[in-house]
Amino acid sequence: MTIKVEDTLFSNRYVVDSGRAHIKVKPHTIPSPALLALTRVCPAHCYELNDRGQVEVIADGCLECGTCRIICQDSQDIEWNYPRGGFGVLFKFG
Amino acid sequence: MASAQQPNDKFDVIVIGAGPSGNAAAYVLARGGLRVLQLERGEYPGSKNVQGAILYANALEQIIPDFRDDAPLERHVIEQRIWMLDDKSYVGMNYRSEDFNEERPNRYTIIRAPFDKWFSRKVRDAGATIVCETTVTELIRTEAGRVIGVRTDRDGAVVLADMVIMAEGVNGLVGQRSGLRPELKPDSVALAVKEMHFLPRETIDARFNLKGAEGVVIEAMGTVTDGMVGTAFLYTNQESISVGIGCLVSDFKTGTAAPYELLHRFKTHPAIAPLLEGAEVKEYAAHLIPEGGYNSIPQLYGDGWLIVGDAGQFVNAVHREGSNMAMTSGRLAAELVIKLHRMREPFSSENLAEYHTMLKNSFVMKDLKKYKGIPGFLHSSSKHVFGTYPRLLSQAAQTWFRVDGADKREKERQIVSMMRKDRSFSGLISDAFKLVRAWR
Ligand SMILES: Cc1cc2nc3c(=O)[nH]c(=O)nc-3n(C[C@H](O)[C@H](O)[C@H](O)COP(=O)(O)OP(=O)(O)OC[C@H]3O[C@@H](n4cnc5c(N)ncnc54)[C@H](O)[C@@H]3O)c2cc1C
Ligand code: SF4
Repeated sequence: MTIKVEDTLFSNRYVVDSGRAHIKVKPHTIPSPALLALTRVCPAHCYELNDRGQVEVIADGCLECGTCRIICQDSQDIEWNYPRGGFGVLFKFG
Repeated sequence: MASAQQPNDKFDVIVIGAGPSGNAAAYVLARGGLRVLQLERGEYPGSKNVQGAILYANALEQIIPDFRDDAPLERHVIEQRIWMLDDKSYVGMNYRSEDFNEERPNRYTIIRAPFDKWFSRKVRDAGATIVCETTVTELIRTEAGRVIGVRTDRDGAVVLADMVIMAEGVNGLVGQRSGLRPELKPDSVALAVKEMHFLPRETIDARFNLKGAEGVVIEAMGTVTDGMVGTAFLYTNQESISVGIGCLVSDFKTGTAAPYELLHRFKTHPAIAPLLEGAEVKEYAAHLIPEGGYNSIPQLYGDGWLIVGDAGQFVNAVHREGSNMAMTSGRLAAELVIKLHRMREPFSSENLAEYHTMLKNSFVMKDLKKYKGIPGFLHSSSKHVFGTYPRLLSQAAQTWFRVDGADKREKERQIVSMMRKDRSFSGLISDAFKLVRAWR
């Protein structure tokens, strides 16, 4: 079963802070199992494998749940911060 | 470290966050005459917040007795369905009572963004200063460790206060990064995803057999979560249905499914799909839920600081109660702070320790303590609780209800042998025993 979350994210509202990504993946050659898991577990599908087999993040659709931060806590693969005040996802309903 | 910057304003209390716990605290403090600054990172209170959402009237009533006059309530709950699902069936309990059509209903469905906005207006009217679009980045502490203010992401501006209440929610970074709260562990938080499905009011009324402002809530568990520890829900609002599912982050980490795949599975379950048919999805959200229970509660107070709400892990996952614990802990914290302020006592760790006692005497700690064994039980038996048992229950019910020429004694025999085949007798007994122990 492949469900595309991108279609659903379309209905959300975001204020994107251009040029200031609030999540960064640290440079790596081979992703750790935790980092790899994010390509599946992130509810907004922000993480993807690139052609070189490394994990990349594009956090524009991020729902700011914090799951990736917790999964990668021990492996320290990512840098995670909240977007600047007022930026990021904007729930109309929540 | 104390900053060199000299802020113009000093407040009695700074509250970080404008969810139910922060709003409860700020409201009570402001009404008590204290100078309160509340900081919220969202564009407006609620813009970052996600909940099912069921509001438990009692906790709010103790803060705003006449909240029913103008709070944005969706429906009052007259029916609760608890379903155990296997792939094609559900076995469940429905409880519906005319008694819930009372003058002051006990439970309501709400939508968090409008609700938080409403609550925040009350806080502002009570006299607190609320600044949104401002993320607190760290605590300001003295050499001795006493918290005396916060730094914000508005050009690093510092604001000082006599004390700080952390109402920053489950993924609160301020408490965790300052070392006042341990970092969250994947097995003590669940990730929930949720969608808002819009339908005409009459359609919802007809599908759920409702009239006026009556509402239905469904809690479901079973094979939809693939053996992972988790539950799904479906709540009726006036013109929408909230539908979601959540599982422990540790299970997601090692599992094979994506969160939205689980949600899809739940939405397309034969028992759920007809309820949502034709709806327009207007939002998709995700949020963590603290599920570690009593054993995961961090230190809740110290020199110049208190922790309230989800940041303190106050969620009873079995009963899906969190916002009421958030509001109650916020209120209790505020009441203690007002008392100390009036007595001109310092906000020292020693004086703030009474907060813990107040919580222990309330339903918050009593309930969390009662269920302290549940997270461990679910962990150790998840494969069966969220896989084998729902399947068995459904098969047993089907065997029992299908009239096919087999006599009733033969049916009993079939059911028993089915149970034994899928789960050894000792396994069944041991799970039952563990559950009873955890529940007590
Ligand atoms: C899917 C789901 C369903 C749920 N269903 C129910 C239910 O039916 N009934 C129920 O009672 N409970 C339910 N809960 C639990 C309930 O939502 C929480 O217990 C409750 O929201 C906790 O309130 P809080 O104020 O502590 O935290 P939050 O509501 O998370 O509020 C924290 C606030 O702090 C702000 N903040 C965080 N960090 C900063 C910072 N650094 N600077 C400034 N602001 C900051 C956030 O933006 C947010 O507004 C559910 C939760 C989820 C996720
Ligand atoms: S915070 Fe949540 S939504 Fe955002 S990237 Fe991490 S896992 Fe994905």
